[in-house]
Amino acid sequence: MTSAIECRGVWKIFESGSSRTIALQDLTLAVAEGEFVTLVGASGCGKSTLLRTLAGLEPHSAGEIEAGGAPVAGPGADRAMVFQNYSLYPWLTVIQNIKFTRELAAHTRDRTSADVEAASGRADALLRVMGLAAVAGAYPNQLSGGMQQRVAIARALMSRPRILLMDEPFGALDAQTREVMHDLILHVSELEHCTVVFVTHDVEEAIYLGRRVVLMAPRPGRIDSLYDVPLPARRTQDMKHTPAFLELRARILGKIRETSGLKTDLELLQKLSRRASDAELPSAFNH
Amino acid sequence: MTGSRVTLLSRQTSTPAETAVVPAAPPAGPAPAAATAHLELPAVRRKIPSMWALRGWMSQRQYWLLALTGLALPLIAWFALARLGTVSKVFLPGPLDVVRRVGYWFNNDDLTGDIRISVYRVVAGWALSALIAMPLGLLIGTYRAVQALLEPLTDFVRYMPAVAFIPLVMLWIGIDEGAKIAIIFIGTFFQMVLMMAEDVRRVPMAQIEAAQTMGATRLEVIEKVIIPSAKPALLDTLRITMGWAWTYLVVAELVAANSGLGYAIIKAQRFLQTDKIFAGIILIGLIGLAFDQFFRLIHRLAFPWLYARS
Repeated sequence: MTSAIECRGVWKIFESGSSRTIALQDLTLAVAEGEFVTLVGASGCGKSTLLRTLAGLEPHSAGEIEAGGAPVAGPGADRAMVFQNYSLYPWLTVIQNIKFTRELAAHTRDRTSADVEAASGRADALLRVMGLAAVAGAYPNQLSGGMQQRVAIARALMSRPRILLMDEPFGALDAQTREVMHDLILHVSELEHCTVVFVTHDVEEAIYLGRRVVLMAPRPGRIDSLYDVPLPARRTQDMKHTPAFLELRARILGKIRETSGLKTDLELLQKLSRRASDAELPSAFNH
Repeated sequence: MTGSRVTLLSRQTSTPAETAVVPAAPPAGPAPAAATAHLELPAVRRKIPSMWALRGWMSQRQYWLLALTGLALPLIAWFALARLGTVSKVFLPGPLDVVRRVGYWFNNDDLTGDIRISVYRVVAGWALSALIAMPLGLLIGTYRAVQALLEPLTDFVRYMPAVAFIPLVMLWIGIDEGAKIAIIFIGTFFQMVLMMAEDVRRVPMAQIEAAQTMGATRLEVIEKVIIPSAKPALLDTLRITMGWAWTYLVVAELVAANSGLGYAIIKAQRFLQTDKIFAGIILIGLIGLAFDQFFRLIHRLAFPWLYARS
């Protein structure tokens, strides 16, 4: 299997004034062609930074990133990205949003009439696959959050990207809508044969969607551990209750808690509250 | 176009309405029950919402009733005060005196000519501002380097009083039409640049980055994302600055004018024609209101997606 994405010794350092923050430390990761990889981790672990770096929206400070064998030097049409929200164009209808790439020179340089026809056929197919046929002429602000994200995914897929990067795309949706979207994105990524890198803070989502889960840890942002998901390739909702799923979930959650530094915060809280109740309060009352 | 006024006010804060009209996608969940078709509704209690509910709702009728009351009250008070006769007409002419003055102005004093020249000056000064401010605002809002170069300077100049530029304008431009237009330009331009830069800066980063990941070039992002995304806010800025341009009219017509509404007000002051001062001020207000409504209409026609609701 060839790699769709290769990161070798990638560093990302944010510098502001005299302070330096290491967002990504010596990160090495290979994502296979057609693989669905999810990135989880406590906040500040650099999972979104890594995704934005893969997209070419943020330059990396050191190391090499290759996508489809070519080094990443900026955003490109081979790597489409789906954002959490506010990325649709509210002045365009659903179908116009999906066809937005057709407005760009990168996709229309050698356009023939056959291409135009194929593109419009593809837009219609995406509308149907994503369940958007009935709202093709609506504006995004007339749609629910879940429907808006369907449009965002369809738009990203329009130009047949090799790689789909998703930055907490369902983070703003309610639990039921999210489940529907999970099955939809699994179905579509299989249909489109594209490689998916999916960032989330929801461990259940990460396991359900991912063939492989990458756990990242904060301060400095780095890869902590990798997990192969021991579930059949075709996922169904009832798998969420299997022992294999629950066991992996418990392991990953424990590891996130361990790496997040939340434990020390808890200890500190306990120490503070003990001091307040044991020492200060009685003395205050004695006076 | 019903309810457009309400949506205009609430479009910033409202969340998109839920839609459940779509046929199920391949792996969709259970379809929403269609059980509401033959449902017998209970007797609906019509509770009238309190007028003081926080950000409460109000029917169109109630809204307009209150708006008319708000407009009528000062008018009635004015009527009453003038009728009582305790205040001399030199200080406070009655509404009828003012109406009579407008009639006289129209018939014998070339009111239409005054309106025409004032509208021309305001629109010319404002349009000149817009023509230069729009590309500058776009550049400041898009490129940090241009922002650093121009924004502090603009911020500095906009605090300078436009009125104080009159002697300079007379010295540099003279006392022709150009001078009057220049005063209105100075009064509106710098604010306009800053507001437009802010409008452009408010374009969500996700909209820009989405285009970049679809392979858009820098120019394409500006042309196909930033400009269309900022357009509604830019039109609002044009509407608001048009209002400011009108407030500078009287000042502009201090410069050796012999026509125009502002000039008429200044001249009336010299002859203690208080009713004409009132007439001039009210006319300017009404013309401004008409322009404002015109801009709002254009806004609704040009940006249907802002007013579209499912």
